[in-house]
Amino acid sequence: MKATTTRTADRGTDIRTDPEAGMTKRIEVSGLNAYYGSHKAVEDISMTMEPRSVTAFIGPSGCGKSTFIRTLNRMHELIPGASVDGSVALDGQDLYGSEIDPVAVRRTVGMVFQRPNPFPTMSIYDNVAAGLKLAGIKRKGDLDAIVERSLRGANLWTEVKDRLNKPGAGLSGGQQQRLCIARAIAVEPQVLLMDEPCSALDPISTLAIEDLIALLKERYTIVIVTHNMQQAARVSDKTAFFNLAGPGQPGRLVEIGDTETIFSAPTEESTADYIAGRFG
Amino acid sequence: MTVLDTGDKRPGIGTDAVEVGRAGLADPRAASLTRRTLPRQVPWAIAGGGVLLTIVFKLTLDNWALAVFLAGVIFIGVLSAVSWRFEDARRARDRFATSLISTAFVLAVLPLVSVLGYTIQRGYGKLSPYFLSHSMRGVGARDDTGGIYHAIIGTLEQVGLAALIAVPIGLLTAIYLVEYGRGRLAKTVTFFVDVMTGLPSIVAGLFIYAFWIMMLGFQASGFAGSLALMILMLPTVVRSAEEMLKLVPNELREASLALGIPKWRTVLKVVLPTAFGGIVTGVMLSIARVIGETAPLLLLVGLTQSINTDPFSGWQSALPLYVFDQNHAGNQFAEDRAWAAALTLIVIVMILNLAARLIARWKAPKAGR
Ligand SMILES: Nc1ncnc2c1ncn2[C@@H]1O[C@H](COP(=O)(O)OP(=O)(O)OP(=O)(O)O)[C@@H](O)[C@H]1O
Ligand SMILES: [Mg+2]
Repeated sequence: MKATTTRTADRGTDIRTDPEAGMTKRIEVSGLNAYYGSHKAVEDISMTMEPRSVTAFIGPSGCGKSTFIRTLNRMHELIPGASVDGSVALDGQDLYGSEIDPVAVRRTVGMVFQRPNPFPTMSIYDNVAAGLKLAGIKRKGDLDAIVERSLRGANLWTEVKDRLNKPGAGLSGGQQQRLCIARAIAVEPQVLLMDEPCSALDPISTLAIEDLIALLKERYTIVIVTHNMQQAARVSDKTAFFNLAGPGQPGRLVEIGDTETIFSAPTEESTADYIAGRFG
Repeated sequence: MTVLDTGDKRPGIGTDAVEVGRAGLADPRAASLTRRTLPRQVPWAIAGGGVLLTIVFKLTLDNWALAVFLAGVIFIGVLSAVSWRFEDARRARDRFATSLISTAFVLAVLPLVSVLGYTIQRGYGKLSPYFLSHSMRGVGARDDTGGIYHAIIGTLEQVGLAALIAVPIGLLTAIYLVEYGRGRLAKTVTFFVDVMTGLPSIVAGLFIYAFWIMMLGFQASGFAGSLALMILMLPTVVRSAEEMLKLVPNELREASLALGIPKWRTVLKVVLPTAFGGIVTGVMLSIARVIGETAPLLLLVGLTQSINTDPFSGWQSALPLYVFDQNHAGNQFAEDRAWAAALTLIVIVMILNLAARLIARWKAPKAGR
């Protein structure tokens, strides 16, 4: 397991010889704090995200869900002045260890953003192939196959198969978001992080993406941030509730549990209040 | 007064309805959306009157500036007054502001157009394949022969070499500043780029003269001129590329990095292509900025009447130098040649501009696979 996150070339063959097994990973977070400069945005988070399952993050705006999810693939540190302490372990390997290459981490832990952001200079095909081409994973021969598989995986293939050479920016918002998902799964990550992937979408596209999540979860560890309680209830196996202790305080994990339990009988009163819409 | 029976008890609404009702309109809501408007042709007619007036004033006062000014004032005044009378006050103010801005625009464009027009008028007659393909070698002081071939070669080579050095350095500097630079070094670089932007061209020429010719002992050559032009281009390239790179949304960088694409490849394959069109335009601007420079070339390139295709040894000519030189010769033929050379310079800039646009259009929109 040691080399998996640092040596991506190996992983490429791993996946293809064994497409079903060994792809998903357990994420164990312990004692994680994230800072913007000297401002502590999230404090002391410890939790586990299980493989082949969907973990949903809910909580009021500003409680640090985005900040936390971005620490899981080392995107947080890209913001000037931002820093992290604590540990995030992917199947036992600490992502913040000194020998870890953040680029390889991001290849292993994919991410879909709130706003669809296809590369404007690239065609639909190139958008999907971007990760493989630009990350220097040269597999020219089966690039076509990978693009098709990823687009099918993102439920977009039938809509775009006749215009793969058209610009990705020419798709509708919902299609663009699915294109971004296709782009993220084309590099075959082991974990997929989604930060409010449906917040800019209509109900139909939202359902399409929720269906997609249900499919993807058989192959990936999925973490999704959402403000939509129904969505959390529909798609996730586990739900984590985050909250601020008070104004100006860092965000904290209040509780995490099976989605059914969290929605029917949460341990904490604040969770029940939030879900019932009594605050936040 | 059925219009009053809307069931709306808010104060004000009723009064409005009464007034509109008196104006003879059935539906108050529809009435509030319409207003009296001058026919579209009227402002144009008044503007046409203004132009006529300009000509009349010019003929009577024999002073272009005064004629344009007076006619402009009258045009603005009449249009506003007509609008005030036949439309409403807000519309009149709108017309006033619009005509003021249009007049200012015309005033701003007028000198540009007249420079271009006059250059074409003076230079066009002289332009011919012969003129473009011959040098001034052996042309006597009173001869009508001779051409600008040597000057075109000189200009293209000097500016080309300058661009060849300045564009990569400038682009890399801009990439450093936008994508990597933080702290002291970046601030220092930005400061020097700012200072260089205001550098008078003769100072750049003097600097290269002192450094390249006096200190290192090289002879005057096209390349020495290129070095000075390079110094003048650099800040424009850096600044424009920097602005263009800053326009690339951060989301694209994050999207790319989140795919596990290394930063340098993100910059090369995502950020630069997105900013490509703007960067090409910026490079063009910087070329246009230096292609007409005369002062540094006077110091550094020497001045020759014959063809020298080697920018690295021997004196060269250049179009601005040629214009300067011919204009000094003080006879009609030389003056014609100067105008024709000036026109050629303008045409070259336009061709480069057009080429840049084509490149930007061909590269920028989402190409196929
Ligand atoms: N780039 C940044 N620089 C400084 N502080 C930031 C930055 N981004 C977020 N923060 C701060 O970190 C805290 C958590 O923000 P975060 O974006 O993680 O919240 P969130 O839970 O994702 O909210 P939302 O549900 O509205 O997306 C907030 O107090 C916010 O002001
Ligand atoms: Mg957020």
